[in-house]
Amino acid sequence: MAARTLYEKIWDAHVVREEPGQPTLIYIDRHLIHEGTSPQAFSGLKAAGRKVRRPELTFAVMDHSVSTKNRLLPVLDADARGQFEALERNCAETGVHLFDMNSKNQGIVHIIGPELGITQPGQTIVCGDSHTSTHGAFGALAFGIGTSEIEHVLATQCLTQFKSKTMKVEISGKRPQGVTAKDIILAVIGKIGIAGGNGYVFEYSGEAVRGLSMEGRMTMCNMSIEGGARAGMVAPDETTFAYMEGRPFVPRGKEFQGAVDFWQTLPSDRDAEYDDTLTLYARDLAPMVTWGTNPGMVTQVSDRVPDPASFSDPVDREAATRALVYMDLKPGTAIEDISLDRVFIGSCTNSRLEDLRAAAKVVAGKHVAKSLKQALVVPGSRVVKAEAEAEGLDKVFVAAGFEWRDAGCSMCIGMNDDVLLSGERSASTSNRNFEGRQGKGGRTHLVSPVMAAAAAIEGHFVDIRKWNNVDGAE
Amino acid sequence: MEPFIKHTGLVAPLDRVNVDTDQMVPKQFLKLQTRQGYGRVLFYDWRYLPGEKPNPEFILNAPRYKSASVILARANFGCGSSREHAPWAILDYGFRAILAPSYADIFYNNCFKNGILPVTLSNEQIDELFARTERKEGYRVTVDLEQQVVTDDQGLRYSFEVDPFRRDCLLKGLDDIGLTLVHEPRISAFEAKNLKHPAMYEAVDVKHHSDSPQSARHN
Ligand code: SF4
Repeated sequence: MAARTLYEKIWDAHVVREEPGQPTLIYIDRHLIHEGTSPQAFSGLKAAGRKVRRPELTFAVMDHSVSTKNRLLPVLDADARGQFEALERNCAETGVHLFDMNSKNQGIVHIIGPELGITQPGQTIVCGDSHTSTHGAFGALAFGIGTSEIEHVLATQCLTQFKSKTMKVEISGKRPQGVTAKDIILAVIGKIGIAGGNGYVFEYSGEAVRGLSMEGRMTMCNMSIEGGARAGMVAPDETTFAYMEGRPFVPRGKEFQGAVDFWQTLPSDRDAEYDDTLTLYARDLAPMVTWGTNPGMVTQVSDRVPDPASFSDPVDREAATRALVYMDLKPGTAIEDISLDRVFIGSCTNSRLEDLRAAAKVVAGKHVAKSLKQALVVPGSRVVKAEAEAEGLDKVFVAAGFEWRDAGCSMCIGMNDDVLLSGERSASTSNRNFEGRQGKGGRTHLVSPVMAAAAAIEGHFVDIRKWNNVDGAE
Repeated sequence: MEPFIKHTGLVAPLDRVNVDTDQMVPKQFLKLQTRQGYGRVLFYDWRYLPGEKPNPEFILNAPRYKSASVILARANFGCGSSREHAPWAILDYGFRAILAPSYADIFYNNCFKNGILPVTLSNEQIDELFARTERKEGYRVTVDLEQQVVTDDQGLRYSFEVDPFRRDCLLKGLDDIGLTLVHEPRISAFEAKNLKHPAMYEAVDVKHHSDSPQSARHN
């Protein structure tokens, strides 16, 4: 058989029906849903008199609108409450397993899938959420879908899909100190632009990617969609297998060995061909900070806010001009001189245990700047929260003046009461800095957890490489 | 889904690149449980001043674009979140077709599921359409899916490509799920064949695992 990429192997293994000139029908192994995008899918299903085909392959969780303050209080937001109740009802009626807001396994959908071992190498995984690309870190084909497609998967456990092109994104060499997975992916997006990956599935490779933990690989894959790609993937290896073993939904004993044997067949063949290749050299990378209103508007922390006039493409110039007005930034301002109102450490990009450990190490024994209105740490899941507390990280954060919260999407999207007010500026470890994303009129700068932590201490951005207690792990 | 065969309508120009779905339907409107009624909130933060007063600066509020039904847009339209609320809002507002040089992947898909035709034209063609829209108040185009052309009454005629399968579904207003269910025997055969595949298709023992004391370990 011809040499194949990881993507092609998974694709081929899931073809249910293929006809020339038509999209392919592929089988879906795992389907994740949350309260935000699923109610209309269930009501559509019901209206058509259809059933959920394989309820045991769909997992539901409440994450977007949950309070991160106190779960025991009644939900006051009537619309959010309606969504929670609908999800509960829909799951009860159809037999879909739900991690509700009081479950000890509750968390952001893209955090709990991997953490519980629901996500596994070689699978096709979908969710009505664009950051489903996160799960590709395990060598799965995982992508976001719309609500009509959620309904389609519920009814048929399949999706009709057109095959994507493949791009090998190679990060060659070792990651310098202070440079995290977040900085790598921001650099990739800065390079190709937010539409650069349109029509592609990325496969990340190279020494710097191989050297990342599963957490770091998830951070990279998470933001594939911000580069326009349908999905991002990393070939499974020993790091992956070690992460998988012992997780609740992962097979055990002999069956685990069988699974590992299969997973080992997944990495791209040596002579497999990609439609495109992008190579970055890790030694050129630095901590990154976004200055504009999409993740591609990004620069190194030691840089300055660019002058729109420096863009050769008139469309880019226009977009940059508009972005600087929205962000209230002047061209030429040093990134380190940008001061902040709030700091948010959380979201499906950067709220895993390793992220929190790295941030805690930066803030230990220090205190957030007086000028800051708020510094939030929101663990991605209750499992992360419990593990962090077992290590005493919560105490480190609280002593440093951070608020320590319960798990959820929180200020990444501001669908609960954690929001940025109009005109306020945040350093955020999340993935989107669109206008109004964290609150109408709010201004978001995307950074890594260690960069956010240091910015909270100083009240403005700082180059984390100058702080000697940082190893840049994750 | 309502079929799309041919549509003639007033063109509204939205001269920005990378319009994301967060702008189309901001998060505070993602908590509703219907597919209808989102037209009122389309482009909410751009469209309204405090108190939901129309913002005169926003193009859709200009009287000359009232009752527009074709959006003329720039590159990478619909990027960001997968929310299908975005096409629901576009449709509910009264738009049936979009003309742009490129679209984000998920949004493009979602349009076809809702009877909206996203037409892809070259940058030069889009520039020309912006010029014509600006020049002539009441500028209208006809988007013909059967012939795969965009035309106006001044002799403009741009043909466009669209995947034949998607075209067919839209022309007939076909229900995707119904189409797939025709292949039920194949799906069952696939499941039977892969039942024992390691870690892939075997039913997950949810009851046994659910919320049991979690065993996710530290690394
Ligand atoms: S954390 Fe943010 S990006 Fe991730 S799923 Fe939640 S809202 Fe979406």
